[in-house]
Amino acid sequence: MRFRWSNCVLFFGYLFLYFPLICIVVYSFNESRFVAHWTGFSLKWYKALVSNSIILRATFTSVKIASLSATISVILGTITAIIITRFGRFNGKTIFVGAITAPLVMPEVVIGLSLLLMFVGMEKIFGWPIRSGMTTVTIAHITLTLSYVTMLVQARLHDMDKAIEEAALDLGASPLKVFFVITLPIISPTIILGWLLAFALSLDDVVIASFVAGPGATTLPMIVFSSLRFGISPEINALATILITALSIGVIISAILIYKKKI
Amino acid sequence: MYRVEERIIFWITVLVGKISGRNLLISVPFLWIFLFFICPCLILIGISLSEGVIASPPYTSIVEWISGHMLQIRINLGNYMLLFTDEMYVRGFITSVLVAGVSTICCLLVGFPMAYAIARTSEKIRGILLMLVVLPFWTSFLIRVYAWIMLLSPCGFINSLLLKFHLTDAPLQLMNNSFAACVGIVYAYLPFMIFPLYNAIEKIDYSLIEASYDLGSSPMTAFFSIVVPLSAPGIYAGSALVFVPAIGEFVIPELLGGVQTLTIGRLVWNEFFENMSWPTAASLSIVLLIFVVFPIVFAQRRREIELFSKD
Repeated sequence: MRFRWSNCVLFFGYLFLYFPLICIVVYSFNESRFVAHWTGFSLKWYKALVSNSIILRATFTSVKIASLSATISVILGTITAIIITRFGRFNGKTIFVGAITAPLVMPEVVIGLSLLLMFVGMEKIFGWPIRSGMTTVTIAHITLTLSYVTMLVQARLHDMDKAIEEAALDLGASPLKVFFVITLPIISPTIILGWLLAFALSLDDVVIASFVAGPGATTLPMIVFSSLRFGISPEINALATILITALSIGVIISAILIYKKKI
Repeated sequence: MYRVEERIIFWITVLVGKISGRNLLISVPFLWIFLFFICPCLILIGISLSEGVIASPPYTSIVEWISGHMLQIRINLGNYMLLFTDEMYVRGFITSVLVAGVSTICCLLVGFPMAYAIARTSEKIRGILLMLVVLPFWTSFLIRVYAWIMLLSPCGFINSLLLKFHLTDAPLQLMNNSFAACVGIVYAYLPFMIFPLYNAIEKIDYSLIEASYDLGSSPMTAFFSIVVPLSAPGIYAGSALVFVPAIGEFVIPELLGGVQTLTIGRLVWNEFFENMSWPTAASLSIVLLIFVVFPIVFAQRRREIELFSKD
C-alpha cells in the first residue's frame, strides 16, 4: 500500500479518539496505586470496586433513575412527536415546539439551577416534591431527555409514508387503532433507540443531578465526579473498563444484528 | 348583568366543549413542559431580579402585598450591574468565549481533515469509520474527561514517558490550565464537528476538483476555492454544535482547567453552591443563555441548522 495523506490523517485522528480510552483499560489492570507506573498485572482494583458499597448503591440508584426516566420520557416523547407531526396547527404550537427543543441547547448548569429553584418553590407551596428521594432527579432527567426522544421520533414520523396511515383511516380504523396497529410497529426501532439514548443520557448526567438531587439520591456520576476532583484513582479505571466493555459488547451485538438483517 | 354562577357555568361549558381526545392528548406534554421547563425559566428570571439576603431561601420576593391592598413590585438590577462591573465576572465571560472559540477552531482543524479523509474512502469502510467516530461518544462523558486527567496530570502518562526518556527534568504542568480544558472540549465534542462536515464534503462532486487541476490550479488553490466554500454549511453547523455546548460547559473546565479557567458555567456553580448567592447565580445563567443564543441565531440565519422543525 502506498503512502497517502488521507490514511495518515485517519490514523492520527483515530489514535486521538481511542488512545485515551485504551490507556484507561490497560492501566485498570495495573497493580500500582500510581496510575502511570506499571508494576504488574492485578485485578485488585476490580475487587476493590465490587466491595465498595457506596459505588454499588449509587450504581443501583442511577440505573433505577435512568430506566424510569427513559421509559416515561419515551412515552411522553412519542406523544409529543405525534402532536408535532400529525396534529396540524393549534394555538401555542410555536411556543410548544420551542420549549420542547430548548433543553437541547441550554447549558446543563442553567437547566439544573432553574429546575432546583422551581422545586424549592414548589416544596414551599405544595410540600411536593420532597428533595430527599429520587423524584426530583427523575423529573429533571425526563425533561432533559424528552427533547432528544421527541426529535428522534419526530424525524422518523416525518420520513414515514403517511399513505399507510391514511389508507387505514379511510378503511374505517379509529385513530387510536391506526396508531397501535400501524404507526407504532413502524416507529418501534426508533422508539427503542430513543429509550437507549435517554437511558444513556440519564446515566451520564452529573451537573443536573448534582443540582436537584437530595441527600438520598446520590447517582454514580456524582460519586465519580467527586472522586475525580481529587485526581486519578485506579478504581475509576476499573469502573470505566467495565463500562467500555459493556458498550463494546452492545455495539458488536447490534452490528451483528444489522449485518444479518442485510443478508 | 349575568350572575356570577351563570358566568361560571358558561365558562365550564365552554371548557368542557373544548375537551376532546385531541386536546387532552396535547395537554399532557404541554403541562409537563409548562411545569418543568417554562415555569423554572420564569422563576429563574424572577430570582435574577431579586435581592440576595441571608435567609432561607436566600432571596427576597419581587412581588409583595403591602398593608393588604398595595401590590409592590421591586425589581433589583443590581445583580446584572455587578456582573458587568466586577472584574471576576467580566474575566469569566472572556475566558468562556476564548476557551469555547479556541476549542471550536481546534475541532475544525482536527475534524476537517478527518471528515475529508473519511468522505474520500470507499463506501464500504465509510460506515465503519463513521461508527468509530461516534463510538467513544457513547462511553460516559466523565470517563472521557478522566482519560485526559490520566494522560495530562503531573504523575500521568505523558509526563512519566517524558521523564523516562529524560526529555524533561521535572513534570510539565500540562493540566489545570486553559490548554487542558480546550483539549478536553475538543475530545468530547469532535463527533459534533465531524458529522456535519462529512455530510457537506460527501456531497461535493470530485470532478470539480479534477477540473481545477486540469485547468492548472495547485492543490492549495483547489482546496480553498472549491472544497472550503462548498463545505461551508457543514463548517457553520459543526462550529455552532461545538461552540454552543462548549460555552456553557462545567465539567471539563472544572476537572481539567484548574483555577485559571473560571468559565461562566463554573461561576454559576460556585455562586450557587459556595457563596449561596442565588440571585447572582440566576442572573449569570440568564447572561449565559444570551451567549448561547447568539451563535444559534447566527447559524440559523445561515439556514444550516434546523433546530425548530417547520411543521
